Amino acid sequence: MKILVGIKRVVDYNVRVRVLADGSGVDTDGVKMSVNPFDEIALEEALRIRDAGNAEEVIVVSAGGDECQQQLRTGLAMGADRAIQIQTSEGLQPLSTARAFLKVIEREDPGLVLLGKQAIDDDNCQTGQMLAALWERPQATSASKLELNGNSATVVREVDAGLETIEIDLPAVVTVDLRLNEPRFVKLPDIMKAKRKPMDVVSLEELGVAIEGNLEIGHYAPPPQREQGIMVEDAAQLVEELKNRGLL
Amino acid sequence: MSKILIIAEHDGQSLNISTAKCVTCAQAIGGNIDIAVFGSGIETIAAEAASLESVARVIAVDAEHLSAPIAANWANEVLAIADGYSHLLGPSTTLGKDLMPRIAALAGVNQVSDIMAVNAPTSFKRPIYAGNAIIDVEVPAGATVVATVRIASWQAAATTGGGSVEVRSASSNAVKHTRYVGLKSGGGERPDLQSAQRVVSGGRGVGSEENFKVIYSLADKLGAGVGASRAAVDAGYVPNEMQVGQTGKIISPDLYMAFGISGAIQHVTGIKDAGTIVAINKDSESPIFEIADIGLVGDLFKIIPELEKLLD
Repeated sequence: MKILVGIKRVVDYNVRVRVLADGSGVDTDGVKMSVNPFDEIALEEALRIRDAGNAEEVIVVSAGGDECQQQLRTGLAMGADRAIQIQTSEGLQPLSTARAFLKVIEREDPGLVLLGKQAIDDDNCQTGQMLAALWERPQATSASKLELNGNSATVVREVDAGLETIEIDLPAVVTVDLRLNEPRFVKLPDIMKAKRKPMDVVSLEELGVAIEGNLEIGHYAPPPQREQGIMVEDAAQLVEELKNRGLL
Repeated sequence: MSKILIIAEHDGQSLNISTAKCVTCAQAIGGNIDIAVFGSGIETIAAEAASLESVARVIAVDAEHLSAPIAANWANEVLAIADGYSHLLGPSTTLGKDLMPRIAALAGVNQVSDIMAVNAPTSFKRPIYAGNAIIDVEVPAGATVVATVRIASWQAAATTGGGSVEVRSASSNAVKHTRYVGLKSGGGERPDLQSAQRVVSGGRGVGSEENFKVIYSLADKLGAGVGASRAAVDAGYVPNEMQVGQTGKIISPDLYMAFGISGAIQHVTGIKDAGTIVAINKDSESPIFEIADIGLVGDLFKIIPELEKLLD
């Protein structure tokens, strides 16, 4: 079985993102870029499944400009066998990403597709579900546990009410949550080794995907600021302050 | 005029408050508002939905295989009744996040996630980068609006309405590829985080599962829900459904009290809509104090018992 893992290049989670003064976007100049943290967890899970003998190959896929090859290389250094860049100069919205991934699925015929449950830049939380719908296959989102049993999988999902368990037939799309695993650190020799691993580049046009129906993204604004707060000295002052504000 | 269909969220017993909040968002869009309820034995839930202010009609699709919210099953039912609707709305809860993109893809449109404000019937505001930027998003002309509603941004609609209820049977059979096994809930009888007026939260500074008892104790005294930071959930102090933040729950209580929480941006994004944020931390440099309305530097294990005494 092959496992396909989606990887997105995003502003690193430690960066405090700032909106540009003219409202045209956020400041990404000289900002550290990383693999979306949820996608790292997805890749880690794929590698563990392969290393346990339940898959033969792990393929990392990313859609974007050539700069996303950096993140694909990180994926290869973590242990993926090969990488596919879906080349596009336009930032893809989830529907186009899902359509492009579906084309890659048709070429590669994976038994499992793993993605992060959301990207921490646009926080859309859509691509995996859209891909499963277009592929007409099961989806299991926000997975915190994944167990393969031959042609099916048992997935524990983190939901608002607790932990939900579902059983899905493979092939399927699983999007992963934070507590599924802890991704490995990449070691220097692995980075060297990754340089020799195959990286295929295929354009959106070659895949036959046209970008359609994009939402128009208009003005960017900083979030409303909360007013400067006050400090109190002890529990008694805190209770008094809360009473004054009608909260107790 | 817009014709809006809201997908109801419920637990088989009663309607989740997220549905009433979606109705308020739909009122801001303006137009005819219907609600779809999927499940088995859902008369009471459908009646609850019909009582929400300005809801015209509830379509209750009753079938055994719809009792568990399997996205593939529910999406098929939504598509079967979606004709003629300009807007399909669901809550931005784990239910809506799972379901709505599947519907959007089948309808061939991009989805608007996390509507926090309505500019016009096809133009919305939504947060990105963990709430560090707010963008305007416009749905292209002629496309169906499929969207999730950021429930912390909206008040629940009143229950003074009187819509009709229409019961239908399912249009599709159950998908065979996905089977529901069960739900395990760690929570007790405390108020639901997403609708609680007061929330008491603990972080890494609480130190252990055992120590979390002090948080529960104060919460019970205040009639509050209990939340936690990712660090506390990762450390195993509390179950996952208590996580507040970018990847957990986004909440909007009147009063939020954070104990031993440092205030990472991923956590702060979950509490920005709270009325008053109180932070108690022994580290005066903690970033949580930057957004707190009332801060107190000190040891939570000393302060909580003092607070309880003062509240008696």
